Amino acid sequence: MASRDDIKFLSNPTIGKTKKKYCRFKKFGIKYIDYKDGDFLLQFINEQGKILPRRITGNSLKYQKKVAVAIKRARHLALLPFVTDLLK
Amino acid sequence: MNNYEVTFIVDPVLSGDEIKATAQVYEQMLKNEGCNIVHIDEMGLKPLAYPINKRSSGVYYCYEYASETGAIISKMELALRRDERIMRFLTIALDKHGVKYNADKRNGLIGKVKKKVKPSKKEDTPSRDSRDRDSSSSRPPREAAPAVKPAPAPVVVPPPAPVVEPVAAVTEEE
Repeated sequence: MASRDDIKFLSNPTIGKTKKKYCRFKKFGIKYIDYKDGDFLLQFINEQGKILPRRITGNSLKYQKKVAVAIKRARHLALLPFVTDLLK
Repeated sequence: MNNYEVTFIVDPVLSGDEIKATAQVYEQMLKNEGCNIVHIDEMGLKPLAYPINKRSSGVYYCYEYASETGAIISKMELALRRDERIMRFLTIALDKHGVKYNADKRNGLIGKVKKKVKPSKKEDTPSRDSRDRDSSSSRPPREAAPAVKPAPAPVVVPPPAPVVEPVAAVTEEE
């Protein structure tokens, strides 16, 4: 028999709590986004190589624009693909 | 002086010497134009994300330079376009943050910063908590202090008024 202490939560307490998104560039004071750093830019594209929207990444408008420019430059230099599948 | 950065991809089919010679041509070109070459980054042979001219890899070079006018850019891009050994190139103007980033990268600060990003989250939150605690602890004394001040003030004021000249004190009050 499980005692009352063993059963702490009948439902998962983390369900329904959304973690607040934030702009990492603002938070950590990153001013410049390097287009040559493909691994860093991978965080802002999906598996097909599309740029993720702000509502998912949480970037502020200012830095989302800079991220988009950096990704497009990286694509031109073949550091990131234009279209692909199973990138990650 | 404006800072610019040109990145280009050299055909990997060429021999090692030819690749270096190609890079040297553009280095010499920048020097002849009186540009101050800040840094030459040989990024080496890298796989391409998609094939260019039926090649699946390329040798990357990145030159950062400072130029008084941007006149060199059009000349250099024309030369890069005409050169069959160059597969792709990109010239960009660096802003002050870009210059600082490149300087930090050369000094090995950037790699560390990225590793610190995650721990700093943990550092941030406790410091905020402590600030909150400090501010909350400092609030009660502030509220207590004004309560103390009014009390001595009336005590100090009355003695001079009666002792010195009551008439003058009255006029002052009016």
